[in-house]
Amino acid sequence: MKYEPVIGIEVHAQLKTESKLFCGCSTGFAAAPNHHVCPVCLGLPGTLPVLNRKAIEYVVRTCIALECEVSPASRFARKNYYYPDLPKAYQISQYELPIGRNGKLTVRAGGKEKTIRIHRIHLEEDAGKLVHDASGGSCVDYNRTGIPLMEIVTEADVRSSEEAVAYLTSLRSILQYIGVCGANMEKGEMRCEPNISVRPVGAEEFGTKTEMKNLNSFRAVRLGVDFEIERQIDAIENGERIVQETMRWDEATQTTQTMRSKERAHDYRYFPDPDLVPVEVSASVLELIRAKAPELPEPRRVRFISQYGLPEYDAEVLTGSKAMADFFERAAAIHNDPKAVSNWIMTELMGCLNESGKTIDECAVTAEDLTALLELMGKGVISARMGKDVFKDMFATGRPPAEIIKDKGLEQLNDETAISDAVEKVIADNPGPAADFRAGKKQAAGFLVGQVMRQTGGKANPKIVGRIIEEKLLSE
Amino acid sequence: MELCTKTASELIGMLRAGEIDPIDIVDSTFKRINEKEPDVKAFIAVLEESARKRAEELKDADRSLPLYGIPVAVKDNMCMRGAQTTCGSKILTPYEPPYDATVVEKLKAAGAVIVGKTNMDEFAMGSSCEWSAHHPTRNPWDLERAPGGSSGGSAAAVAACECAMSLGSDTGGSIRQPASLCGVVGMKPTYGAVSRYGLVAFASSLDQIGPFARDVRDCAMLLDVICGHDPKDSTSIDREPPDHVAALDAGAAGMTIGMIKDLFGDGVEPGVRERVSAAAEVFEKMGAKIKEIEMPIVKYALPAYYLIAPAEASSNLARYDGVQYGMRENADDIVSMFRKTRRAGFGAEVKRRIMLGTYALSAGYYDAYYLRALKVRTLIVKEFEKAFAECDILMSPTSPATAFKLNEKIDDPLAMYMMDICTIPVNLAGLPGMSIPCGLSDGLPVGLQLIGPTLGEQALLRAARAFEIGSGICGMIPGEKTD
Repeated sequence: MKYEPVIGIEVHAQLKTESKLFCGCSTGFAAAPNHHVCPVCLGLPGTLPVLNRKAIEYVVRTCIALECEVSPASRFARKNYYYPDLPKAYQISQYELPIGRNGKLTVRAGGKEKTIRIHRIHLEEDAGKLVHDASGGSCVDYNRTGIPLMEIVTEADVRSSEEAVAYLTSLRSILQYIGVCGANMEKGEMRCEPNISVRPVGAEEFGTKTEMKNLNSFRAVRLGVDFEIERQIDAIENGERIVQETMRWDEATQTTQTMRSKERAHDYRYFPDPDLVPVEVSASVLELIRAKAPELPEPRRVRFISQYGLPEYDAEVLTGSKAMADFFERAAAIHNDPKAVSNWIMTELMGCLNESGKTIDECAVTAEDLTALLELMGKGVISARMGKDVFKDMFATGRPPAEIIKDKGLEQLNDETAISDAVEKVIADNPGPAADFRAGKKQAAGFLVGQVMRQTGGKANPKIVGRIIEEKLLSE
Repeated sequence: MELCTKTASELIGMLRAGEIDPIDIVDSTFKRINEKEPDVKAFIAVLEESARKRAEELKDADRSLPLYGIPVAVKDNMCMRGAQTTCGSKILTPYEPPYDATVVEKLKAAGAVIVGKTNMDEFAMGSSCEWSAHHPTRNPWDLERAPGGSSGGSAAAVAACECAMSLGSDTGGSIRQPASLCGVVGMKPTYGAVSRYGLVAFASSLDQIGPFARDVRDCAMLLDVICGHDPKDSTSIDREPPDHVAALDAGAAGMTIGMIKDLFGDGVEPGVRERVSAAAEVFEKMGAKIKEIEMPIVKYALPAYYLIAPAEASSNLARYDGVQYGMRENADDIVSMFRKTRRAGFGAEVKRRIMLGTYALSAGYYDAYYLRALKVRTLIVKEFEKAFAECDILMSPTSPATAFKLNEKIDDPLAMYMMDICTIPVNLAGLPGMSIPCGLSDGLPVGLQLIGPTLGEQALLRAARAFEIGSGICGMIPGEKTD
């Protein structure tokens, strides 16, 4: 029998607000344990939450980007459960009235367009982190407690790991574009939990689903989802029953393992949080946020093609990340050959980034430096070959190209007398190839040019070298 | 007359005139506390050392501060640095909060001297102060009787002149009912008028802090200090707070006062009914018009309350799990630790309400119980709105009975719950309500409840002050001759 996977995806995106969702504590990363805490986020008796309005603005911005309906009045609810990292023994979340509903995101997967419907987008607070020490004891770090998380839930529209990855890639790009989330999966800024089930092709009813956690990269998503789909198909083929449970992707063994059974659904006893008033987003506020909404990846891609005359491929790669597209536009605003800028970004810059494992945000080369390098090559101060080496140096040191060229004495040699001298020496030393060239063997020129370059330490302008060789040998 | 028996406004007059210093009041107050506490037991913690230090500091402070040098007691569910906050519970013993509640900050800024933390039913759940994990408090009018609750300690301390005024909290009547039973003035302001920040939550949508005092003027003075918008409490009302003291002397002439007939029914003791009816005559004498009002919906208030309040409490009290603070009963695994700690830490009434609330919020029961109770609540709000379309304020008994004997109702939760039958509708509607003494019945104080529209505190205080003048009942002190 042929089976069809049915997948819905829950994403938790950590919002890039300065302070936590319900108190003034910093959301800063990597502080010593329990340094970003106060009576409110510790849930001490008597404290009350006060909503961070910035977080609402970020969620509304996301709702607009994902074409959701924005509730004019949404509510926070308490999700009650006991766990040592949850200081109030309830999480402030949203239940009946989320901020956003009924959106969609169209992605390209396998050469086809696919629309994934968004079920809901809501806001909630993160819990703390348990730290188990060597003595077998456990400690709680509450730094993360109260950090705003936006939960984005799709309908069960995803049909393959490829579509899942395409959705997540596109979502990440959008979240970065609208500036609400760093969306780095490795850093946990964006966590994804697919719900996976399979059913015979043509069946109406959904199969029993499992939820998967600990997918910390797109690669893990692809491998994990594929693994789980196959595991479920194998189980069904073997006459087993799929159990509703939470699976954990194990990076080491590249398999999924049962975390906990969800057969008996937990009763979270949700009810509206009486400490918080309804969140109102009026039509005028919505319009204000809409008016300020930044350009999204798709329109920007189209614009890159029309405005800069870039090929489809270039536009797609460059707009895949907001930071990369911004870098391109800064450089293209200075240098009037956008295709050259694009080439250098896509080959040299991205090459260096891949090699070093750095992101564009961590890159020391500025758009100004890159265009300065392009200008220097255009003016013939250095050759294109030399330019690539200079770029590597720029990437490694962050120094401007002119400085590197000067320090290393890499300026191109354009002095005709000096080149002429070198050419004469090469002709004298290599009578054979010189004779060949005279006899009409044009290929011999390459060898002679190479020898001149070697003589001049690679600095001679190859165009001038070629011209002088020709003049010398053919005019004799 | 000893300083401790004087009202705050009398003391302020003497302090400003330079006749006495704050330390004189503190001396008199702690002398009184030492005399009365063995019998009354109004306090969980008496803070003599810090109070004396404060009185010394105040010597050089600005004497025009609104509560300059006034001894004030604070219910033990309001957080304050330097003292424990136990909420009358074992599970928070010991717990010392690292911050001051907004009301405590305001008291300190107003120049008050905080003399102690008062006894209460555990987590404010109870109507007699007998559910305190520490000890019961006794009614200063009759030591065999309960002071009411849950703010019984705050009411008894004021009645016994152990302080001039105090703060209580009122979720279903926890200020007004003990005020009534102890013969003092107590007010529950409009929901949102006073910040809840630092008040340990029982039922967040109902809890409200309010003042106790021996007369209406003092009550207004304390209200002026504690009310006002607080950015730390999202449910606090954002407005310029009015001057409640200034509104006091406008008189009751021309006011229409509605008598809620449904709260004068069978469960009300004849002595109480008589006194409250007589109060209506006093109002008429003062130029007010009395109008009988029917509000049949109020009979559903009690059941609705006992779904909404426990539901919220079940969630609010979930944080007492032994992880961060308070009591912990160790066990081999985390879930057993949670269970053992909560089993040993909470008393019977708190457990009863956690069970009730957990049940009401459970999947499959939510709509039938919690949601339905919210609908009743909405109907009650509407019914009050209708009444206030024709009346300026409303009146009823505060408590259907005078102070009952200790242990009389402790084994009968329903009988205990009935003590709040007149006060609960006011919390559900978020309205201001106050209790003022309107005489004695068999030697025990009877309380008159006045209910105002949203933010109608000024009208309440004005009518209450007119009643004091018209009836001559003002500043009753147990053991002293009263008219």
